[in-house]
Amino acid sequence: MSYPEEMRKSIEKVEETRDERLGLEINRMSLEEREEILKKFHPDYRPEAKREIGIGPNKGDLAPNEVVDLLESYPIVDPEEVDLSQVDYDVSLLIIGGGGAGTVAALWAHYSGLPVEEILISTKLRHGDSNSIMAQGGIQAADKPDDSPVLHYLDVMGGGHFANKPELVRELVLNAPSILKWHEDLGVMYDKDEDGNMLTLPGGGTCRNRLHSAKDYTGMEIMRVIRDEARNLGIEVLEFSPAVELLTDNGRVTGALLWNMETNQYYVIRAKAVILATGGFGRLHIQGYPTTNHYGATADGLVMAYRVGARLRDMDSVQYHPTGAAYPEQIVGLLVTEKVRGLGAQPVNREGEAFVHPLEPRDVEAAAIIRECYERRLGIETPTGMVGVWLDTPMIEEIHGKGTIESKLSAMYRMYSRFGIDMTQDPILVFPTLHYQNGGVEIDEKARVLGESGVIDGLFAAGEVTGGVHGKNRLMGNSLLDYNVFGKIAGESAAKYCKSNGKGRLTLDHVIRYMEALKKMGVPENRKSPLILPDYRGKKVLMRTLDLF
Amino acid sequence: MGKTVRIYVMGREYEVPEGLTIMKALEYVGYRYIRGAGCRAGFCGACTTVYRKNGDYKLYSGLACQTTVEDGMYLVQIPFVPAEKPKYEVSEIKDVEDILRVYPEIARCLSCNTCTKSCPQGLETMDVIQSILRGDIKRAAELSFDCIQCGICSMRCPAEITHYHVAQLVRRVYGKHYLKKSKELERRIKEIEEGKYQEEIERLMKLPREELERLYKEIRR
Ligand SMILES: Cc1cc2nc3c(=O)[nH]c(=O)nc-3n(C[C@H](O)[C@H](O)[C@H](O)COP(=O)(O)OP(=O)(O)OC[C@H]3O[C@@H](n4cnc5c(N)ncnc54)[C@H](O)[C@@H]3O)c2cc1C
Ligand code: FES
Repeated sequence: MSYPEEMRKSIEKVEETRDERLGLEINRMSLEEREEILKKFHPDYRPEAKREIGIGPNKGDLAPNEVVDLLESYPIVDPEEVDLSQVDYDVSLLIIGGGGAGTVAALWAHYSGLPVEEILISTKLRHGDSNSIMAQGGIQAADKPDDSPVLHYLDVMGGGHFANKPELVRELVLNAPSILKWHEDLGVMYDKDEDGNMLTLPGGGTCRNRLHSAKDYTGMEIMRVIRDEARNLGIEVLEFSPAVELLTDNGRVTGALLWNMETNQYYVIRAKAVILATGGFGRLHIQGYPTTNHYGATADGLVMAYRVGARLRDMDSVQYHPTGAAYPEQIVGLLVTEKVRGLGAQPVNREGEAFVHPLEPRDVEAAAIIRECYERRLGIETPTGMVGVWLDTPMIEEIHGKGTIESKLSAMYRMYSRFGIDMTQDPILVFPTLHYQNGGVEIDEKARVLGESGVIDGLFAAGEVTGGVHGKNRLMGNSLLDYNVFGKIAGESAAKYCKSNGKGRLTLDHVIRYMEALKKMGVPENRKSPLILPDYRGKKVLMRTLDLF
Repeated sequence: MGKTVRIYVMGREYEVPEGLTIMKALEYVGYRYIRGAGCRAGFCGACTTVYRKNGDYKLYSGLACQTTVEDGMYLVQIPFVPAEKPKYEVSEIKDVEDILRVYPEIARCLSCNTCTKSCPQGLETMDVIQSILRGDIKRAAELSFDCIQCGICSMRCPAEITHYHVAQLVRRVYGKHYLKKSKELERRIKEIEEGKYQEEIERLMKLPREELERLYKEIRR
């Protein structure tokens, strides 16, 4: 499936201008220019795509329609129908979500003194099937002599449009080097020089080369090592058993209700503390965008936490990764890591012209690509009607030498080869794709979840489900860091909490109250959440489905 | 609908648009995945599958999310195959003898190369095992680095080796004991512990937005 004739013609133009572009220094936009392009072209700035939340602590705040729909929904479990008196698992700590944050939290809860038998992880798919395993590009940490946590702090704040929660950013940047050290000790194979020092690359919005990677399988390398460690310790993981509701005792979180997706049985879990680590919401396909996220990224954590009264923040901003695959059809929406631009590939239009600095912050880069396609109409159209711009990957080998793509970007190279495209010879077609949930559940620096009147007892959260660390826009490499730093903090805090607290009653009182409020609002009763999994079955089949047993 | 292809899922015939992955084709005809789908992008190894083609004796294997359907494909859904994973303490495992104590069965490798031929990542799987047996931990770690642990190799191995678990251990051993530790990292951690950056960051935390913006621009000059 190499490129069709029409696309080939444009590739020839890209080839003609390549030499000239190699020496070209493209100007970065000023803060004012950035603001303007965002307002005009970024999907987040389309008012019709959002509405005010009509219920709960964030009533009146804007969020994407798809998120508000889930928040303004009835539970999938009828509180009258479950028997909470029979407890299936009785533990000190329940962790919901077996991705990066959940696994790190389990390890650090154990390092902080909780015996492994007292820790239970519930997860939706298999342990590790998550966004964490998909990360390619890298993880940030200011460890180089020309860098410092202070510069890192400023980059995170600036990237986030200064809307971040400062004390969370402080924890993020000051803990970064020791997290990498922990990984080193566990045996993560980071890219290093001969002396053992880390090789680093620039990332979008970083003022120094601060991106650490393990080829372009960084997320997979970290995830499989920490998962291996959790397995060695014998931490129990219930797979295909997502949480569908938290349980409470007078406002304190005391457990959760899990659901076995295959047998439909529910399990009652009693715990002293619960850590929410359910990740993001890419599979909601906000505004119809394709996504880079794993199959289970459906915002369940947001919904469950909101029903117990957690505050959300920065939910009005969504991250679209500037470079999702736009061709061929089989991989539309999948990620083309930022490292491709970090290594020198330029975004180029149909005429072979470079039109934006390759490493603007993500939202700005995405907006510039949308402008090129839809205002200037200089995008390239595929046979199925997708429009995108070129990412001139052959430049990478011109700059860094032959073989660079296969060795440094082997995941990318492999993905394109599978579908008949040789990215060392030809450019690849890209368009923005839904990538990251910038906002989420509000936590404090101890990873405790905050509600309207302060800390919600017994509930902690870490990773993509939380908001505040990245403000209104996350920079590449900071969310792998985020799930490690706050996974660790959540594990430590929860372990400490378990030492000085007993267990509570198990009720769904908060859900019953929430349902009453929904009824008052007149929300249709067939609207249910959490979503658990998206439904991609063909429309023709669904129209002729009988639900017989 | 444009061009279509005929496929057989669990024996039943369906017509689907051409150019879909196996995963999307199954969904198109009405399957909803619970098992067998994770990242949907070739990174997690959840979607391992086997298939045959019309008029072809071979049993093929691959990732359902990364393989395009072809006319006359016979498809099935198989869940991820379980395998025993021994527990170990990586700090105590340093060389081949130690690795063999954890995974003695690798010595049974028949060098049949079935694992290599079945790897959807195109890795030299048999070489990984043989490198370990030769004591070349670095090579085994590097050759196996792109492993997504889908388990196809282990499903087909006549010697019943669980290559992907073995390779996981080897990489950790290499990362921990063979790669040098970063001095720069240690230095920075020490500085942070001594509080070198604390004060400056606390100061930044209190600055009004305009001041932060100015500093943000300044470090970009
Ligand atoms: C393709 C891709 C590339 C990326 N590249 C980078 C990068 O280079 N650098 C970087 O820093 N960041 C990157 N990111 C972002 C980063 O990987 C994630 O933000 C981060 O890993 C999130 O970690 P997490 O543990 O919070 O969530 P996840 O890793 O997604 O884990 C959440 C887990 O919870 C499970 N779950 C969900 N709902 C429930 C429920 N109801 N009950 C039980 N379990 C549930 C999920 O199935 C999943 O296993 C990338 C993301 C993607 C998708
Ligand atoms: S679903 Fe993850 S590799 Fe196919």
